[in-house]
Amino acid sequence: MEQRKRAVGTSVNRVDAYDKVTGRARYTDDLCGREAYAARIIHSTVANGRVLSVDTEEAKKLPGVVRVITCFDVPKNYYPTAGHPWSTDEAHQDVSDRLMLTDRVRFYGDDVAAVVAEDEVTAARAARLVKVTYEEYPFVLDVEDAMKDGAPQLHDAYPGNVLNHTGIRSGNYEEAIKEPGLIRIEGWYDTPSVQHCHIENFVCYAYEADHKINVTASTQIPHIVRRVVGQALGIPWGKVRVIKPYIGGGFGNKQDVLYEPLCAYLSMQCGGHLVKLDISREEAFNCTRVRHAIRSHIVSWVRPDGTYAARKLTAYSNQGAYASHGHGVVAKGMGAFPQLYPCPHVEADCYTVFTNRPVAGAMRGYGIPQAMFAVESHTDDVARAVGMSPIEFRRKNVMPQGYVDVFSKNENYYDTFNECMDKASAYMDYERKVREYAVQTGNIRRGIGLAVFWYNTAVWPISLETSSCRMVLNQDGSVQVQVGETEIGQGADTAFSQMAADALGIPFENVHIISSQDTDVTPFGTGAYASRQTYTAGFSIEQTAGLLKKRILAYAQELTRMPVSQLDLQEGVIVRKSDGRPMLLLGELATEALYSLSHSEHLTAESTYQIKSNAYSFGCTMAEVEVDIEACKVRLIDIVNVHDCGRLINPALAKAQVHGGMSMGIGYALSEMEKFDAVTGRTLNGNLLDYKLSTAMDHPHLEGQFVENYEPTSAFGTKALGEPPVCSVAPAIRNAVLQATGIGISQIPLSPHVLFEEFKKGGLLDV
Amino acid sequence: MNRSESRSVPGKQYRLVTCTINGKAVETMVDVRASLTDMLRNDYRLTSVKKGCEVGECGACNVMIDGECYNSCIYLAVWADGRDIRTLEGLMGPDGELSDIQQAFIDEAAVQCGFCTPGFIMSAVEILESGREYTREELKKQLSGHLCRCTGYENILNAVEKTMKKRLSST
Amino acid sequence: MYDLKALYEAESVSHAIRLLEEHPDAKVIAGGSDILIKIREGKLKEPELVSIYGLDELRGVMLEEDGTLRIGSLTSFSHVTKNPLIQRHMHVLGEAVDKVGGPQIRNIGTIGGNTCNGVTSADSASTLFAYDALVELAGPDGVRVVPIQDFYLKAGCVDLRHGEIETAVLIPKASYEGYAGHYIKYAMRNAMDIATLGCSVNVKLSEDKECLEDVRIAFGVAGPVPLRCPAAERAAKGKKAEDETYRQFAAEVLKDIRPRESWRASKAFREHISQVLARRAMEEAVNRAGGEKR
Repeated sequence: MEQRKRAVGTSVNRVDAYDKVTGRARYTDDLCGREAYAARIIHSTVANGRVLSVDTEEAKKLPGVVRVITCFDVPKNYYPTAGHPWSTDEAHQDVSDRLMLTDRVRFYGDDVAAVVAEDEVTAARAARLVKVTYEEYPFVLDVEDAMKDGAPQLHDAYPGNVLNHTGIRSGNYEEAIKEPGLIRIEGWYDTPSVQHCHIENFVCYAYEADHKINVTASTQIPHIVRRVVGQALGIPWGKVRVIKPYIGGGFGNKQDVLYEPLCAYLSMQCGGHLVKLDISREEAFNCTRVRHAIRSHIVSWVRPDGTYAARKLTAYSNQGAYASHGHGVVAKGMGAFPQLYPCPHVEADCYTVFTNRPVAGAMRGYGIPQAMFAVESHTDDVARAVGMSPIEFRRKNVMPQGYVDVFSKNENYYDTFNECMDKASAYMDYERKVREYAVQTGNIRRGIGLAVFWYNTAVWPISLETSSCRMVLNQDGSVQVQVGETEIGQGADTAFSQMAADALGIPFENVHIISSQDTDVTPFGTGAYASRQTYTAGFSIEQTAGLLKKRILAYAQELTRMPVSQLDLQEGVIVRKSDGRPMLLLGELATEALYSLSHSEHLTAESTYQIKSNAYSFGCTMAEVEVDIEACKVRLIDIVNVHDCGRLINPALAKAQVHGGMSMGIGYALSEMEKFDAVTGRTLNGNLLDYKLSTAMDHPHLEGQFVENYEPTSAFGTKALGEPPVCSVAPAIRNAVLQATGIGISQIPLSPHVLFEEFKKGGLLDV
Repeated sequence: MNRSESRSVPGKQYRLVTCTINGKAVETMVDVRASLTDMLRNDYRLTSVKKGCEVGECGACNVMIDGECYNSCIYLAVWADGRDIRTLEGLMGPDGELSDIQQAFIDEAAVQCGFCTPGFIMSAVEILESGREYTREELKKQLSGHLCRCTGYENILNAVEKTMKKRLSST
Repeated sequence: MYDLKALYEAESVSHAIRLLEEHPDAKVIAGGSDILIKIREGKLKEPELVSIYGLDELRGVMLEEDGTLRIGSLTSFSHVTKNPLIQRHMHVLGEAVDKVGGPQIRNIGTIGGNTCNGVTSADSASTLFAYDALVELAGPDGVRVVPIQDFYLKAGCVDLRHGEIETAVLIPKASYEGYAGHYIKYAMRNAMDIATLGCSVNVKLSEDKECLEDVRIAFGVAGPVPLRCPAAERAAKGKKAEDETYRQFAAEVLKDIRPRESWRASKAFREHISQVLARRAMEEAVNRAGGEKR
């Protein structure tokens, strides 16, 4: 029994890899029938205002146009879009501020009307013929401007444009700062609006059949989409069926309900005909979601010995035009602040503010990349001010082993931060490089930077955490597994299969995970977000496997005449525990169970597990850069991320996940930023040419490493890894530039334009 | 749609496109407005050819035409007339066996969401069939016409590099 | 599906000219990497197109009897780069067009399209300017040859009369013989980008490799069209190939460049980077010409 083969912990190949390297994997657009009508949305060309009229006459005359729907036609059912579990408590429900089409437009690109035509070219032509007249209002793009008196107002329910303001008060900040001899360090830190840039744009199609509206969508959250389509259309939720096939990446953008309600509505307006809504890349940038731009102000009061006396954070989060995920994003970042470097006297305030920008929603890291840029840039600024090395300062102040957060009950069970920093230092030869790069002159300079990050898995106790799983035994002893948790590219299906194999005691190859979710069939689950799925699904998989195994062994008792207590299922074989003797193959048992003339039984199990725990997931980044001062360029030479995400379910896939997050972090640090036209409010660079996400030529080798500390709260010892890899990259690169040049830059991306201005200010450029 | 039908549609323009797709000679009437992506996906159901940006910026629709890689989204379908086109679907052997590069993408965990994968693999095929040995930096350049948001390119480069070395050492 | 009104496929140069005369509103499509994107973006609405993509006679590079390097207008960037004549005589052009977009774009994009769309950021343009290239045009009235500097009229506009197509880019022997050059593309990432600034410098050194017998420099994105910097060229011509010369040369580019303030980059930034690129491109050009680094 000790040598039992385990799937968990091994780098098995992805269960979907074969289909994906052969072109067999079907994504939404691949599944859509060719008879589909094409839909096209008419977007607002003003950033703030009201639609006075929509002239659809010319568009309707165009041959091939089926329907033209305007903001004046759609039902006034306001709905929320955030991919959060629903709350039956109204006070905890997401803000319902969206309509499928709106006459009160709040950003350049808001959705005003839609056309449905027999083909995409006709739809495009018709869209151009729809004439919209607006009453234009002044608009505001910047958070601070939006909070000023007299600023343009976006939502009547939120005077002053503040969606929410929350804070933390612990200890007594005002008293604590009176301590004599304290050094005050203050900084402002700015992060930009960036976009997810999943390579598959959002796409969905809808049709009526079986007395239902059927929606197939590129989404991370099918069960939530079902609920919101029901809410938006004002129809019973059971009348909505949502199918999620393979999706070409999501990164949080598809953790929002996007155009599924509109597409469903358009189909219903066309007699239930199949309608496809396929948005362009430009629309993905302008009209789906972006990462919140957050401006943070941190004041630290530090003793000369390098300990914190008191700290204060104020963060302003740019929500854009609608609430979407809203305040949760900046609030999560604020939550990290008092925990990462515990200090008895802390004040924190965060504001989420509406502006006339594209809507900000969930994006990989959910407020933590922004918070870590601020906190970890500031940490280096503080270390410099007190004359300590960045790593020494962190070791002294970072969350210690045994720390427990009173709210979430999360505990830092291990000396994770130091273990991660040790590993990164060893890879980078950190201490030597810190010394070597300490004093440099000349145009080309090198630097090494460090940043740690705080993250926690899943959303309990802020929100519901639940996972459901179904297992069905096939005649051959293989098992169909379904969970509500979704494969979005991260490898979830493979991890679930590995866990199911071990929990049940069957070979990995005998687990058939059903990748696609269909809300008519798939057990309830809220989907891919909060890096939760391996953690949460682990519980329901383990529990359901236990139930199925119990049924299998009970049936085995009938066939073997051995007591259940003497039986076990190992590698697909019923064995007798006392001597390990194989009694029966699971396939034989399953066949007998189905076809037995004396006792036929379909052996299945299904269960829900509500998760009332949460787990920290920590790590760090070290980055080495070369700065070409006069060319205003930073070249990343080397970078390592070290993560403690508990036990690795699949080391190869875990590492791949880290690479992707690091890549996204590199873009965040160096090149990515949505830019807006000050005159019109329009997104200026809403395409993959002008928006600079990294190509293969923009990366050095990406080194991903792990510290594997078994997470005690977790069914399989694992915890968050999906989002953490992006969290500490940008501040590490920023801190490396600081070491190289002595210039601590307070904003990202560290683009040549920013470096030009900063190097001028810092006297490095003689211009 | 057959030829006579298509020509009777007023205001629309069609043209017969004869070409070789994955080794097979084929012909079909094509709307002259169609991109090669449209033709391959709609007329031949070759859905490995993905639509990511439709303006030549992401590489998801990459296919080989006469031995060179092109973004089929910005290639008119009518231009395919007389040409030899290869897509990911053509790489698999007659008995469903994978090519070495497909297997390498699996083994190196170079696949995540899979949406950029077909395009990358076709560029890898052009690299491998050149018979040249590229440095890691050169490989990055050869693959730089593809955007991937999942992998950071690391394992994709590993897959291509390892397959390249394997092929070169076996010849 | 592209929103086209009609597509006419030319079977020869003369057929293309005839088609353009018959359809006065039609636009020429070569590789399409520019025009198809404009259609996709809705900037070009329901156009009629004359496709010359099938005209293989416009592909390839050859050396004419008088030593003129003739690059067929439909030669793709990748074929320019791979061409042995280019590699031998005008290596820098091959390098410059190897910086366009990514590999797939370099397979479809053509040197003719790159010059005819008239954009200042074209990676081929500054090098062609710096080599005094000529543009060969065929039209209803026959063939004419225009110096590239006269061909670019204003942003997005070239001296291409209706009914004309560009058939070749010509580089006279005197323009390239004995010269070595270097092109620097300054962009926000290392691939799939348009130049924030492009700088191409070529030099001819004296026999002892001590002096700059001739110097030519051209920029892309330093003005509405690619441009040469005569003041900088004058400042360096005949001077010793040394640091002081390079510094003066770089400073002098400011007299001729006219970068604009835009959301992509500020004027001050472009002015600063122009000087950095001028010096670096010059140093590398001298290096390639056999001069010593000093």
